[in-house]
Amino acid sequence: MTTRVVLLDSGGANLGSVQAAFARLGVPVSVTSEPNVILDSTHVVLPGVGSAAVCMAKLRKNGLDKLIPRLTQPLLGICVGLQLLFERSEEGETECLGLLQGEVRLIPAPPGIRVPHMGWNRLEAMPGSTHPLMNGLGGAFVYFVHSYAASPSLDTLATCAHGTSFSAVVAKGRVMGAQFHPERSSTAGARLFRNFLALS
Amino acid sequence: MLSRRIIPCLDVRGGEVVKGVRFRDHVVMGRIEDLALRYRDEGADELVFYDITASPEGRLVDRAWVKRVAKLIDIPFCVAGGIRSVEEARAVLWSGADKISVNSPALERPSLLGELATAFGVQCVVVGIDSLRDGDGEWRVRQYSGDPDKSRALARRTLDWIREVQTLGAGEIVLNCMGSDGERAGYDLEQLKAARAVCRIPLVASGGAGVCEHFATVFKEADVDAALAASVFHSGTLRIPALKKYLGEQNIEVRDVA
Repeated sequence: MTTRVVLLDSGGANLGSVQAAFARLGVPVSVTSEPNVILDSTHVVLPGVGSAAVCMAKLRKNGLDKLIPRLTQPLLGICVGLQLLFERSEEGETECLGLLQGEVRLIPAPPGIRVPHMGWNRLEAMPGSTHPLMNGLGGAFVYFVHSYAASPSLDTLATCAHGTSFSAVVAKGRVMGAQFHPERSSTAGARLFRNFLALS
Repeated sequence: MLSRRIIPCLDVRGGEVVKGVRFRDHVVMGRIEDLALRYRDEGADELVFYDITASPEGRLVDRAWVKRVAKLIDIPFCVAGGIRSVEEARAVLWSGADKISVNSPALERPSLLGELATAFGVQCVVVGIDSLRDGDGEWRVRQYSGDPDKSRALARRTLDWIREVQTLGAGEIVLNCMGSDGERAGYDLEQLKAARAVCRIPLVASGGAGVCEHFATVFKEADVDAALAASVFHSGTLRIPALKKYLGEQNIEVRDVA
């Protein structure tokens, strides 16, 4: 079956960067909020940059908040896109999609820990986890830029430590997410996208 | 653990990368795309592009090359140059830049920082500060330093401005220590340490890198999150893989070069 990837229009500024990252893998990706195009796709990517409140408002405005929970194909949230998968975010007291249990909170900043968490940090695969999304990515350096994060949970595939540990990669059935930016994480980021595209 | 970042800085003028000494006498270093790809391949952690004449000329950074770079590279990059409003910032971010850096426009109108943070989140908002020590021993902020004819000193003390921008909505600060810029005699440790003491967000050291030891020293002594350099990388004097190998041997966490 032909791979048809759609990028949901969450209003985030990284839409173009994510699109370009898939193009570098030879996969054309369309940015859309059209239900028919989304339902007809094989893979759905939910990017997000900025604040959870602004991105959720955009999803509500174009009706994607109702459509996303009904999808059956693999879904990948990126950065704020991952945060929207949870029940709520402390950022702007935002009700989110609720596809994953838990809440997104501001990263604690004791002395020496700077927030935003900005830069390259290591993925630590959860012991015993063999999820295909994480193939070849245990211990890899990837690029993070965020101030909010979800605590590790049963759905966590990899954590990352910045003061405390948080969920860096999550998966529950068809719903997946990366707190880092695969589109800006060099070869490790491309690997995550390829792993995602290999799922069906 | 979060690694320390190595950031080549590309000063852009007229579509080419240029480099000056103490912000003057610029010479052409190469094409934007060629240098961007070279640094990506060598293991740079991030790139910064300064359209150094945009602000003095009162125009926005050229979006055409921002789009080309965004398609080409798979590491983050920041763009600076004449961004004066949320709309202009959006144009640059939507062209593919991961972060925007504001310098002179934030000095003209500090409330711009809050507007940018509200619209895009603080993680997109970098504040560039050009700073020079005056005769009375105080570091003060300079404005329009991309153009020597328009460059001017302000009454604003650098450390006060660092404190202020954090409350206004900055997500990162790049401190350009003008007194050491282009001299290759090492980063301005005294100023960077003073800045670190009042800066709780990521701090990027800029100005003065010459040899590997300068990077190790600025990470260890000034505890900066990233170190930026231009001429030593452009000229090939310092290669990023060798630099990262050295820093790793000094027990400084850096991203492995693939």
